[in-house]
Amino acid sequence: MITAERKPMQEIIDYVSPFNRILLVGCNECVTVCAAGGRKEVGLLASALQMSFMQRGKALDIQEITLERQCDPEYVEQLVNYVDRYDAVLSMACGCGVQEVARRYKTKPVFPALNTKFMGASEHQGIWAERCQGCGDCVLGVTGGICPIARCSKRIMNGPCGGSTKGKCEINPDIECAWQLIWDRLKMLGLEDRYEEIMEAKDWRTSRDGGPRRIVREDLAS
Amino acid sequence: MKPFEPEIVAFCCHYCAYTAADMAGSMRIGYPPNVKIIKAPCSGKIDAIHIMKALEKGADGVYVAGCLEGDCHFKNGNNNAARRVKYLQKLLDEIGVGGERIAMITMSAGMGGRFAETAAEFTEKIRKLGPNPAKTAAGEKLEKAIA
Ligand code: SF4
Ligand code: SF4
Ligand code: FES
Repeated sequence: MITAERKPMQEIIDYVSPFNRILLVGCNECVTVCAAGGRKEVGLLASALQMSFMQRGKALDIQEITLERQCDPEYVEQLVNYVDRYDAVLSMACGCGVQEVARRYKTKPVFPALNTKFMGASEHQGIWAERCQGCGDCVLGVTGGICPIARCSKRIMNGPCGGSTKGKCEINPDIECAWQLIWDRLKMLGLEDRYEEIMEAKDWRTSRDGGPRRIVREDLAS
Repeated sequence: MKPFEPEIVAFCCHYCAYTAADMAGSMRIGYPPNVKIIKAPCSGKIDAIHIMKALEKGADGVYVAGCLEGDCHFKNGNNNAARRVKYLQKLLDEIGVGGERIAMITMSAGMGGRFAETAAEFTEKIRKLGPNPAKTAAGEKLEKAIA
């Protein structure tokens, strides 16, 4: 999932302070699962903003609405009946959702309430960790299912580096060394030979280095 | 101006604090009438939004009262409630309402005395803090509008 965290309240307050009528839009997908921008968090933020405005003796008309997804035009369209009644939109989706709302409602100020963090997985309840950087040419098939790009601090393709100590990364003892994990898993799979094969320099053009990416599916695109 | 009488909302677990409040009554131990009790099936049932709404609607202080450590009838509802209160304290600090206006308290069903004591202590703490700043500003504006 895409993970995110709420921005500091002061930043959000600064964004919306000039306005009196705010449409606060959550998203029912990733940011609901990582407890950053779903219906619950929308309710909390609305209440917090309301109290912040009340303290300044200002009236705030805030409408809460949580879309199924904010990164699909079909759902963003559902705001059409509300947007006109509000001065600005505050989005609790990831950056993709915020941009979709801004693209559809061009004359309306749209602000992000979250900081979008990374593509990750939930390690325990309440803990999320980075797992993939969307490099566009997945190598998990030869690295034992552990990503050296997202999980090795140095993105080394033939690791580990000299800093790997007792399974931990030299960057931070709380971070597991990805290459230790890769080696352990390959051993478990009886694929030690694979580790001996040198991986060639990665072609980063499939990643962000080739500029913003698109996927075009001719069979689906109309 | 009227002297400030804090309005306190206490979300009380049915298995402990609510029964303890009852016990305080039958033991004839008084506690401040400022404390308005809302019964919950477990302190873990109290969501962050319940606490926020209580403050938004004008409470000066809110506390959640659950079972003693290890005694929650739903295993760890009280610990979950304590974590939620802590999280909200930070949020309330950030918006200037102040995290010290909310608290998590634990007790057992037999502690009528403790219920009354904590109710009085919390009421006094909020009395010292003064009215909920959100309510005050909004109220002043309303008074001005009426005048
Ligand atoms: S190799 Fe690339 S696509 Fe595969 S998990 Fe790592 S970053 Fe993601
Ligand atoms: S210690 Fe391991 S994870 Fe950290 S940079 Fe070196 S190889 Fe990568
Ligand atoms: S049952 Fe009392 S706190 Fe859970």
